[in-house]
Amino acid sequence: MTAESAEHTKHILPLRLYLAVGGALIVLTAVTVAVSFLHFGGWNVVVALSIAAIKATLVAMFFMHLKYDNKLYLFIFIVAVLFLAVFIVFTMFDTMTRDQIYDVKAGPITPDATIYQSNPADTSGTVADSTSVHR
Amino acid sequence: MTDAHSHQPYVAHHFTDAFQQREAAKLGVWIFLLTEILLFGGLFVAYSVFRAWNPDMFHNAHKFLDVRMGTLNTVVLITSSVTVALAIRAIQLGRKKQTIGLLVATLVLAGVFLVVKYFEYSHKFHLGQLPGKYYTFTGVEGSNPHVFFSIYFAMTGLHGIHVLAGMAVISWALINTMKGKYSSEYFTPIEMAGLYWHLVDMIWIFLFPLFYLVG
Repeated sequence: MTAESAEHTKHILPLRLYLAVGGALIVLTAVTVAVSFLHFGGWNVVVALSIAAIKATLVAMFFMHLKYDNKLYLFIFIVAVLFLAVFIVFTMFDTMTRDQIYDVKAGPITPDATIYQSNPADTSGTVADSTSVHR
Repeated sequence: MTDAHSHQPYVAHHFTDAFQQREAAKLGVWIFLLTEILLFGGLFVAYSVFRAWNPDMFHNAHKFLDVRMGTLNTVVLITSSVTVALAIRAIQLGRKKQTIGLLVATLVLAGVFLVVKYFEYSHKFHLGQLPGKYYTFTGVEGSNPHVFFSIYFAMTGLHGIHVLAGMAVISWALINTMKGKYSSEYFTPIEMAGLYWHLVDMIWIFLFPLFYLVG
């Protein structure tokens, strides 16, 4: 038991690994900035989020030691990400398809919401017309 | 095993050994990090909804964020993640001075991040690119441009508070390292502070492209 616990507490990763992961994160940052100047239409956000996901995976696996630790922590992390995905995807299902069931269309927030009444910037004709009532 | 406690003063009496204690601490921190992901999750949902409703306005408004500042801060936070990871490695090897140096470097980098953020925020305050009804800027094309700046300040502001909290935790770990409380046998608090700091870095990894790059 003592030998086993000593082995666990002494799991030391080589310096080169940390520097390599750090270098990869910097390179991926440069890539995502460079790619953002190209125009792929809707694909820009997909590319940017894919690169961010790769970077986050590197941080979680190596810096946070999920690759080497008890897999229970990896499970907790994945559960958090899955719940977040459910949270986002199902909210988007609702907000983007509400007009198929109800008489309202997904669109900008209604300009007669209280918050806009004291805002001169929004009465200057930049607001969407009142037909795109959301709520 | 019975006399292990007398040799390891850092093991609380309700744990079998140091290994079990460390695993319990890690489990607790990971569950906390799960709640943190879901806390930011609510704001990521808000971002998705606002962006889906106002795609063109988001695109126009995001041009008013400085990509150079954002890139600089991304590099700064990634570097600070490396230094805190190396600080844990240093204490694992029993190198106290190196640990202190790397934790100080992490704090300095966190400070640089906040200073850059301060310049970005004060520039936006100056231009009136403020959240909600305080928004007075007129240069963004499209409807409801203040929505972009509302969610920008909400998400980067909450992240900034997390940077401050991370600095507090790392400072605490630093002071205890200087007091000689940690060794190659016991360094759990530094490791837990590191996990929190990496999460703060990870959230910025997503905020950076969503606001500065694709808007």
